[in-house]
Amino acid sequence: MANIGKIIGVNSNLLRVRFEQPVVQNEVAYAVLEDGTRLKSEVIRVRGSVAELQVFEDTVGLKEGDAVEFTGELLSVELGPGLLTMVYDGLQNPLPQLADECGFFLQRGKYLEALPRDIKWAFTPSVSVGDKVSAGDALGSVPEGIFKHLIMVPFRWQGTFSVESVSPAGEYKVTDVIAKLKDQNGKIHEAKLMQTWPVKLPIKCYAERLRPVEPLITQQRIVDTFFPVNRGGVYCIPGPFGAGKTVLQQLTARHADVDIVIITACGERAGEVVETLKEFPEQIDPRTGKSLMERTLIICNTSSMPVAAREASVYTGVTLAEYYRQMGLNILLLADSTSRWAQALREMSGRLEEIPGEEAFPAYLESVIASFYERGGIIRLKNGSTGSVTIGGTVSPAGGNFEEPVTQATLKVVGAFHGLSRERSDQRRFPAIHPLDSWSKYRGIIDPTEVADAHGILSRGNDVGQMMKVVGEEGTSMDDFVLYLKSEFLDAVYLQQDAYHKIDEACTGERQKYVFQKIYQILKASVTFKDKDTARSFFLKLTQTAKDWNRVEFESGEFKELEDNIFKALAEVSINA
Amino acid sequence: MHKVYHKIERIAGNVITIAADGVTYRELAHVQSPQGISLAQVIRMDSGMVDLQVFAGSRGVSTDSQVRFLGRPMQVPFSDSLLGRVFSGAGEPRDKGPVINENLVDIGGPSVNPSRRIIPKNMVRTGIPMIDVFNSLVVSQKLPIFSIAGEPYNELLARIALQAEVDVIVLGGMGLKYDDYLFFRDFLEEHGALSRTVSFMHTASDPIVECLLVPDVSLAVAEQFATQGKKVLVLLTDMTNFSDAMKEIAITMEQVPSNRGYPGDLYSQLAARYEKAVDFEGSGSITILAVTTMPGDDVTHPVPDNTGYITEGQFYLRKGRIEPFGSLSRLKQQVNGETREDHRTIMNTMIQLYASYKETLEKQSMGFRMGNWDAKLLKYGARFEKEMMDLSVNIPLEQALDQGWKMLADCFNPEETGIPSKLIGKFWPG
Repeated sequence: MANIGKIIGVNSNLLRVRFEQPVVQNEVAYAVLEDGTRLKSEVIRVRGSVAELQVFEDTVGLKEGDAVEFTGELLSVELGPGLLTMVYDGLQNPLPQLADECGFFLQRGKYLEALPRDIKWAFTPSVSVGDKVSAGDALGSVPEGIFKHLIMVPFRWQGTFSVESVSPAGEYKVTDVIAKLKDQNGKIHEAKLMQTWPVKLPIKCYAERLRPVEPLITQQRIVDTFFPVNRGGVYCIPGPFGAGKTVLQQLTARHADVDIVIITACGERAGEVVETLKEFPEQIDPRTGKSLMERTLIICNTSSMPVAAREASVYTGVTLAEYYRQMGLNILLLADSTSRWAQALREMSGRLEEIPGEEAFPAYLESVIASFYERGGIIRLKNGSTGSVTIGGTVSPAGGNFEEPVTQATLKVVGAFHGLSRERSDQRRFPAIHPLDSWSKYRGIIDPTEVADAHGILSRGNDVGQMMKVVGEEGTSMDDFVLYLKSEFLDAVYLQQDAYHKIDEACTGERQKYVFQKIYQILKASVTFKDKDTARSFFLKLTQTAKDWNRVEFESGEFKELEDNIFKALAEVSINA
Repeated sequence: MHKVYHKIERIAGNVITIAADGVTYRELAHVQSPQGISLAQVIRMDSGMVDLQVFAGSRGVSTDSQVRFLGRPMQVPFSDSLLGRVFSGAGEPRDKGPVINENLVDIGGPSVNPSRRIIPKNMVRTGIPMIDVFNSLVVSQKLPIFSIAGEPYNELLARIALQAEVDVIVLGGMGLKYDDYLFFRDFLEEHGALSRTVSFMHTASDPIVECLLVPDVSLAVAEQFATQGKKVLVLLTDMTNFSDAMKEIAITMEQVPSNRGYPGDLYSQLAARYEKAVDFEGSGSITILAVTTMPGDDVTHPVPDNTGYITEGQFYLRKGRIEPFGSLSRLKQQVNGETREDHRTIMNTMIQLYASYKETLEKQSMGFRMGNWDAKLLKYGARFEKEMMDLSVNIPLEQALDQGWKMLADCFNPEETGIPSKLIGKFWPG
């Protein structure tokens, strides 16, 4: 018996619906327009016999008395082979397929199946009749691009099952039943290649959560050396507009040492997604030799797309990440930007007339952000292998001011903070991660005491620089001046990286270890100059050479030659060479 | 037949409330009062009560005024006969021309499917060196002009309208002074650009609700032209007035304000408009240039701040010039590699030297001794401001590049500019 309610109020994308049969909080419902178009929506508050629903679409044309069909199902995504290389909107509609049907414009009320139904996958079973299995255990696998995609017992099935029958190796569609499992009560359940999972609940079919300790190499020197991120860690990148958040995210997506990258473009410019969409298929992943797109999944709910689906998009992203994590893979989820998602929450909260918190964000903002980031982590699966979800979220604080609620709520729950600064981006010092404001609780690839030492030079050099603005070069001692020049040198040749140079854009862990040692040696060298001008021109020249050094192939002849030049020059000014 | 209602329950701000049924969300109605007939739009419905926003304002509306629903949402007529015409935000003629009622299209239509967008690759030439050379405008780009009150931003827009190489210009004015409205009209007419321009004008004395409609009707018309294969440039002035109108309505509707009284959905509302900028593959395109005045020259004010996150760069208009620092066209790299081989070099070199000139100026003001190099920079800076930055300069890109070389050669030796010797050999004058 269908559960049908009636609309009694419309306020932008918020519906008030009178219902008679029970409804479920966060269940999906469809508001039906006169012409039969069904608009997907979600129950977000219930008061008496009136449910309040957020609609994931434009509500033009709805009227009082229109029917609302409740489904009883929570907002869910489809999980199964065929997800990779796809481009979805926040509700997991495949956008290119939608474009094939509807043309240039999105069409409301048009929902397509997320997983292609007609493709056949080569299934190989890994269980036999009589085996005992439970949720999350592999029943077999199919090859998906470069990965072995495990077909698992649906995560929502509770208890243990014994395998009644399993299909032989062969070609199957995602909707085909590949195994029949019997529960303790003797009831038979059918497992297919695909399953569904409600996006707002974390998948918990694992043995235990581990502490993130293994560094995740992003190939950005300032990140890996100074503010590292670990596999299964969570970090945030707040920054004002124009500070290079998106470029940094794209570089990370390209070079990070993980198996799968999920990009969630949440409420940002469509143009930026397009760059990824058009460029990734043509770029080669150096690890696999295949196109980058084969390890990428894009969820794209850009700023002009319906607001409520923005909130769904980050959950869709993290759910898909958790799904692949269950196969023992390492996933990086990049969410750009979590502020837009928080703003979507604020819009809904305003329409619900809830008591506002700071800057009108809802009072539950912090707990919502915290529970999202908590879905990142590294886990040991029941079969002993590990999988991880690393989350990197950008934050777009109003006015570039980090005191605002979204940044603050995020800082409480992340393990690393890469604060971008307008000051550094104005000086064209990219990536514009501020070396003195940012921090990381994770351990990187380089000896922490040496990193702390180098960081100390940056910090003291900055102090000298500030002081010099007041007292001038004349009033600065030679030692301080050299310290200042060393900190500028470190900044220019190590912290900064040219995102548009094909070699300098990515610096492997191995190269970082090597180069850092050399740079560290220069920083620690005692050097002497006859006056400040000589000191400055020495370091300017050294910077130039070291920058060229960054731009040549690691361990090539040219690399060695430039390195020799650097150290020859250094020897000339060293006190105890 | 649509029902007529005679009893208005509540009048607050520009919003009237009536008890009605069978009304659809965003439907239009005619409200007849002794002041005349005005359009109104449904903005909220709850338990039989319908809130309508009256476009002409609620002043003079009586509790027994007649409300008649039209059974359709806000639409705008579309045909080639729009060209050369001036309308109000509600789509009524402001010039003395006839009412157009053909081929109505909905405003505020759906968003473009991101997977159908293409990477922008064509430049819009404007004849203004500070744009063409230093921050090229690209087809399908959305760029705001950040400015403070009193700057000649409307003159700049009018000049771009005149000179830009596009097929159709849609001009949307919001909260304009009446003089500015007349300026636009006369300027475009005088220079013969009116025939390719459609204008939607809301002046400061018009009802505030009509201000809200201007971007939507402008962009709906632009979208129609673009899908017919036309290259459309949409000029909007001033988006801060639009945001303020939104603020006013939101407060009247008793919405919880977020930042400085602006509604929480300011970002989404602005984005929905700016994101209409698009290049349709195999068809036309929409490029948006919008003025955003910054109250108190404060870029962290919610309107410029949110705008900066949405748009692909920004122009700063200060002291009657487009500032080379801070101004940025995020898409310029897509086009300035293919114009002329010296384009990027001239762009970078001239800006770096201009930055050095600024430093020299600072040193000069602090009383430092000026050296030979400083003298060269001072000469260069003055010429750069006069021959490049001045808004009256109107030369095509190639000529501007040649002019740049000439200025460099007049002020510096080749090696002082740091330009690669290959380009020096080819382009250095003399």
